Amino acid sequence: MQSSELRAIANKIRRRDLQAVYEAGAGHIGGEMSVTDLLTALYFKIMSVDPDAPRDPQRDRLVLSKGHTALALYIVLAEKGFIAKEEIATFLKPHSRLNGHPTRTKVPGVETNTGPLGHGLPIAVGMAVAAKLSREKWRTFVITGDGEMQEGSNWEAIMAASQFKLDNLTLVIDHNRLQQGARVADTNDVAPLRPKLEAFGWAVEEIDGHDMDQICNALAADKVVPGKPRCIVARTNKGQGISFMSDNVAWHHKVPSAEQYKQAMAELEEAGR
Amino acid sequence: MNAPFENASLYDCRDAFVATLESLGAADDSIVAVCNDSVGSSKLAGFREKFPERLINVGIAEQNMVGVGAGLANGGKIPFVCAASPFLTGRALEQIKADVAYSETNVKLVGISAGMAYGELGATHHSIEDFAWIRALPNVPVIAPADRIETAAAVRWAASHQGGCFLRLSRVGVPDLLPADHAFTLGKANMLRDGADLTIIANGTLTCRAMVAAAILDGQGIAARVLNMASVRPIDADAIVAAAEDTGAILTCEEHTTFGGLGSAVAEVVVDVIPVPMKRLGVPGIFAPTGSANFLLDEFGMSPEGIASSAAALIKRKS
Repeated sequence: MQSSELRAIANKIRRRDLQAVYEAGAGHIGGEMSVTDLLTALYFKIMSVDPDAPRDPQRDRLVLSKGHTALALYIVLAEKGFIAKEEIATFLKPHSRLNGHPTRTKVPGVETNTGPLGHGLPIAVGMAVAAKLSREKWRTFVITGDGEMQEGSNWEAIMAASQFKLDNLTLVIDHNRLQQGARVADTNDVAPLRPKLEAFGWAVEEIDGHDMDQICNALAADKVVPGKPRCIVARTNKGQGISFMSDNVAWHHKVPSAEQYKQAMAELEEAGR
Repeated sequence: MNAPFENASLYDCRDAFVATLESLGAADDSIVAVCNDSVGSSKLAGFREKFPERLINVGIAEQNMVGVGAGLANGGKIPFVCAASPFLTGRALEQIKADVAYSETNVKLVGISAGMAYGELGATHHSIEDFAWIRALPNVPVIAPADRIETAAAVRWAASHQGGCFLRLSRVGVPDLLPADHAFTLGKANMLRDGADLTIIANGTLTCRAMVAAAILDGQGIAARVLNMASVRPIDADAIVAAAEDTGAILTCEEHTTFGGLGSAVAEVVVDVIPVPMKRLGVPGIFAPTGSANFLLDEFGMSPEGIASSAAALIKRKS
């Protein structure tokens, strides 16, 4: 799939996400806007997954460790055919399987339940070890937030992945520089991420996380360095695509007013043309 | 039903655990062991020698260890995640909740040296909250075998069970109590001795002490039923109700705090279904002092004589 097509899909996902947050009256719109291009590239270009066989043992795995951006994943899964598109309208409704964080046992395509931060990378390490033990070629991807990298469990997993030489594992850090209540730099600044990961023995590449060509290039199988786990530090914007949300810490999980919704949708529609 | 033992040989249940794991591992290459630098204390050296690739030592990193277990299960493996119980359960409790229980992954958690096994090392190393912590989580059976036979049977059961579980093992020697052909059934107690005056319910290292206590009581003309309740969750409600109906009083003994463990689980059934006099022996909600496991159990009223004396006092409360 061409980058222009991927950009169109990402734009569609952003618009559906905005609408769902507005209608549900909740969601994590800032982080959803920052992670959408990464999810789009993974599901529509990079990963081998089959909505008709969501548990195929040979499938590539994605762990969305920043589970609060579940809505973006649900919409990607719906666009890919894992769940019905109409089901997005049930997001956060009573007894909906689309709750605020992804659930493996209920939503096909979700690999593990996430929500509490710092869980995804250890699980992804286990997946990558399993593939190595079975001499299988499938790849494991995990997306964390940058604020999430403050969780110590990630660094336990970073050490293990390097020790186990997991070149079938790719960590994508959605580096939007904002966490729930403040800028990461003002909280417990984990940046710069690249030298830290490199010091732990990882092959690291920094990219513009909204440039589809750069994303696809960085995630391609031929970029894998034998014997080294791979980390993509994706520089992104929280609230990407919506002017008043972009890089604004207030929009971690704020819900737009009717007027803001109209403006945001108009901006996304304009960008999608 | 077994006769009370005297001068019986004592066995470390970890040996039965690893022997069973090695034999299962030889038959099924999806069996893997995950540990936190605990190859020695988990007795996994033999497993490592036989299946070097399948021993995954993550170092001293328990949260990562449980997550790695969940990922291995996602990739089709059957991981036995082994670590000293206080650190496996306490340090990684949220991983156990989210990655194992809530995600319904096929991860076997093995808490080694549970209870007071590290008695001399101080309260940080006592694992007397693990029943309560794990019992509060859906989807994770909590199992404390009483001897090497039940340990081996429970490990075989765990490997064939589709889903997570928590096996709680001591390192303190216990005698054989169950018949050699014992098959573990989740949620079923074993009556090791029948009696009409009261029922003593125990598991793990306390079952053999309960049996000796029953023999002491027998000498005093008190007939005690002894139930070995390896399965703390799900608990055998039928056996508890029958014990209340048949004997009218229940004494529980556990190597655990009296908050939220075996005694609490039994009391929940008794209160909901058939209230009878009950007494729960365990660590009474304090950090225990230093001393060997056996010393501490005695200290908290769970020597065979202590259990017998609590039993004799309890039956006076029967109406």
